[in-house]
Amino acid sequence: MDKHDFVIRFAGEGGQGLVTSADALARAAAHAGYYVQTHSTFPSQIMGGPASSQVRISTTPVLSSGDGVDVLVALNQYAYDHHNEDLNPGGVTVYNAEEYDLPEGGNYFGIKADELAKSTGNARAANMVTIGAVAQLIDFKLEEIDGFITQRFTRGRPGDEEIIEANIKAVRLGVEIAKTSGFNVGQLEAPTPPDYKQIVITGNAAISMGATAAGLNFYAGYPISPATTILVWMENNLWGDGRFVHQVASEIEAINAILGAGFSGKKAMTATAGPGFSLMSEGLGLAWMTEIPMVVTNVQRGGPATGLPTKSEQSDLYTCMHPAHGDIKMPVLAPGTVEECFYAGALAQNWAERYQGPVILVTEFGLAERGENIRRPDLSKVSDESRATVSEGDTGKRYDSWDGSTPLPGMPLPGGPGAYVANGSEHDEIGDTTHLPRHHVRLMERRFKKLDLLDGAHYEIENADADTIIMPWGSSKGPAREAYDRLREQGENVGWLYSVSLHPLPEEVTTVLKSAKKIIVPELNYLGQWSSLLRMEGYKAESITQYTGLPFRPADLVKSISERIGAGVTA
Amino acid sequence: MSKRNPEYDFAWCPGCGDFGVRRALQVALEGYSVEHEEPQANNVVVAGIGCSGNMVHLVEGDQPFGIHGIHGRSLPIAFGVKQGNTKLNTVVVAGDGDFLSIGGEHIGPAANRNIDITAVVMDNGVYGLTKGQSSPTSAFGAVTTSTPLGKIETPVSPLKLYMSIGVTYIASYYSSKPRVLAKMIQEAMNHKGFSIVHVQSPCTTYNDTYDILKGKPKEGIKGLAYEIPEDHDPTSVEDANDLLSRPGVPLGVIFKKEGKTLEDRYQEIAARAPKRTNDQLLDTYLLQ
Repeated sequence: MDKHDFVIRFAGEGGQGLVTSADALARAAAHAGYYVQTHSTFPSQIMGGPASSQVRISTTPVLSSGDGVDVLVALNQYAYDHHNEDLNPGGVTVYNAEEYDLPEGGNYFGIKADELAKSTGNARAANMVTIGAVAQLIDFKLEEIDGFITQRFTRGRPGDEEIIEANIKAVRLGVEIAKTSGFNVGQLEAPTPPDYKQIVITGNAAISMGATAAGLNFYAGYPISPATTILVWMENNLWGDGRFVHQVASEIEAINAILGAGFSGKKAMTATAGPGFSLMSEGLGLAWMTEIPMVVTNVQRGGPATGLPTKSEQSDLYTCMHPAHGDIKMPVLAPGTVEECFYAGALAQNWAERYQGPVILVTEFGLAERGENIRRPDLSKVSDESRATVSEGDTGKRYDSWDGSTPLPGMPLPGGPGAYVANGSEHDEIGDTTHLPRHHVRLMERRFKKLDLLDGAHYEIENADADTIIMPWGSSKGPAREAYDRLREQGENVGWLYSVSLHPLPEEVTTVLKSAKKIIVPELNYLGQWSSLLRMEGYKAESITQYTGLPFRPADLVKSISERIGAGVTA
Repeated sequence: MSKRNPEYDFAWCPGCGDFGVRRALQVALEGYSVEHEEPQANNVVVAGIGCSGNMVHLVEGDQPFGIHGIHGRSLPIAFGVKQGNTKLNTVVVAGDGDFLSIGGEHIGPAANRNIDITAVVMDNGVYGLTKGQSSPTSAFGAVTTSTPLGKIETPVSPLKLYMSIGVTYIASYYSSKPRVLAKMIQEAMNHKGFSIVHVQSPCTTYNDTYDILKGKPKEGIKGLAYEIPEDHDPTSVEDANDLLSRPGVPLGVIFKKEGKTLEDRYQEIAARAPKRTNDQLLDTYLLQ
C-alpha cells in the first residue's frame, strides 16, 4: 500500500540517542526529496528520564507532528507502555530485546541493536541497526540512507571509511531482522523533490538567523529552557565588526543591557522563556516608556512558575501583550512554522527600529527545537531597516508630540546631536520629569499611535464568508490547518484566518474578524487567551483549549471543531 | 525646577549633599571632555531611582545624554550603553539603596567583567525620596520610619564589599569639597575598568551626618572622615585592606589596579571567532 506520510517515533530514555536517530532519518528523507518535521519531548534533566523524538516524513510539506505513529521504536518497557497507544492501525513497534521482552503474537518484533552493532566492529552503530529496521518497514530506499551515512561520516579523518562501512553494515543487519519479522507498514510514495534550495533548520536557529539577517548586532542573554539554544547560537555566530554578544548574570541584566544598547544605537535582542520573561517585566515597561528599540523573544514553555520547562504551551500571550504595569500593549509577533520563525525574527528587528520601541517575538517549545526542511531564504530580499536618527541643526526634540501625519521624528544617538534623557518617569520633550497632564496625554497618545507603523507581517485568509472561521495562532497553525483541510474535504463550511502579528492585527484580518459570525481558536492553554483578547475587541471568538503540554493532533481538532459547528464527526 | 527647564518638577532639599556631588560631576564631565577633546554628547549619565537619580536632569551647562531608568538597574543599563558604543564615557549615578540593596546583585558581574564605566554612589544612609526609611548603610539600631524600634540588621560596608568583589578602582569621599571630588571622579573616568567613587552625601532632612563626618573642630570633636595618609599605596591590595580595616571614612583613592577591560578581552576573543557572512552562515544549514 502506497502512503504519502509516515510518522516514526523513537522512545526511551534521554541520552539514548533518540534525537540523533530521528534527526538521521529526517535528514536521509529530506535528502531523498521528502518533507520532514521532527518533534521531541524530554524531561528537564541532563541525562535519563522518559524521552521521545519523532520524525514525520511526507511527500508534501509537513504541517504538524501528525495524529499517531506508524513505527514506534521502544527502547524500554516504559516507553512501550506509554507510546503503544499512539500507534496507528497497521502500525508496528520495534522493541529493544536486550532490555525487555513482549509476549508473542503482537504487532511488534524485538531487535538486539547493541549486539548487532558490535558484530559490525562499531558498537556505536546501534541506532543505525534500528534505522535499517525502520527503513525496511516503510520500504525506504537504502541508497538514500547509505548516502546520508557516507556524507555524515566523511570528515577527512583516518578511519572514516571503516566507520562508514560499519554503519552501512549495521543498517543491513536491521533490514534483515525486519524482513524476517514479516511486518510492513506500507510503502512510502516516491517523493517530488522541491525545485529550490533547501535548508534544514530548527525554529530557534531560524529566529537567530532571521534576526541576524535584519542587522541584529547586540545580544545579551541568560540560559533558560527552551530559549537557551538562541543564546548558544549567538555566542557561536554573532561575531564581527560592530557586533557584541554576552551571557549576562540574569534576565534582569539581559533586558536592561539590551535597553542600554538600543539607546546607544544597536539593534539588540534577548531571548528567554516564561520565568525569565517575568523578570523582564520592568525593563520592558521602561523600553515602552522611553521608546527604545529592542526585541525580546519569549520561547514559551508550560507555566505558571517553573511549570513544564520542556513542554509546549501557548499560555504567555496575555503577559506578552501586557508584560508590565501601566497602559501598555506591546507589538507581538507569533510565528507558527519554522519558516515563519526566520521571517518573524527579521521583521521583529525591523519593527523595533521603525516604531522606536520594544517588540515581543513569541514562539513555543514545540517550534524551538523542531527541525524542518524549508526553502532557503534569499537574504538579499530581507530588509534591514534602521531607525531614523537626527542631524546637526534639526530643531525637533526626542519626545515631540506625534500624530502619525508626518514620519516619526528621529531618535538622537549618544555622541551626536539632540541630547536627551531616556526617562522612565513621564517626561517633557527632552526627557525631563514632569507630571503635567498635557505631557502625559500627548506622550501616551504618541506611544500608542506609533503602533500604526507596524505592518508587513504574514497573514492568511481563506473562505472568509464561511459560517465558522478557524483562527489558530503560533504553532497550533499546523494541526489546525490539517484539521481545516480535512473539514473542507468533508464539505464543511469553514473559513481560515491566520496572522503572525497578533498586535497590531493587519487591517485585512480585522475586517474578517468584524464580520465573522463565529471564530474558533484552537490554542494550547487553559484560559483561552487569544479568543478572550479577541472578545475584548468585540469579536465573536471562542477557544478549543488543550493543556497537556503536547501539541494538538489534527484528528482531535477535526472532532472538536465538528462538535462546535454541529457537523458529523468523521475524524 | 532646574536651570535649563522650568517645567522640571523635582528639587533636592536645602543643604542636600547631592548638590555638591552635582557640582563635582559637572566639573568632571566637562574636564573629561576637554582632556580627551571629545564632545559633551559622548558623555552618558545613567541613573536609577531615588533622590540621586534626579542628578541626570539637574546637571547644568552642556547637557550629557542620560537614562533615568529603573531602581537598582543602572549598572546593567550602563553595561549595554557602553558595549553598544565603547566610545561613550558612561557614568552611573546611584544612591546607597539603589546601588547596594535592590541593585546589589549587579556589582559583582560588573567587577568580574571589569567593564569600563564609572559609578558615583551617593551614600546618605537613608531612603530619602520615600521619606526616611532604613537603607543598607543605615547604622545598626538606627531609628527610621521603617525601623521605629531600631534597625536589627548590620549595615553593609560598601568599600570592603567593592574591594572583595574585585572592583579595580575604589575611591571614597564626601560631598563637601566638590573640586577635590571632581578630580577624583575624572580620574575614575580615566581609569580603564570598573571604577566606583563612593561619596558620603548627607540627607539634611532624614539623616544629617555632616557633623558626624567632619566633627566639630572648634569644640575639639573629631569626625569620622579622615584624609588617607600620603604613604598609602593604592596599587597595593594589602595597603587597601589595611586601610579598610580601620574605623572611619577614608577620603581619597583606596585602591586601583590596571588591567584588561571587558572590551579588551572581548576584542582578543573576537579575533579568534569565526568570520562568516550571513549567506555563508545560512549555507551551513543547506540540505546537501
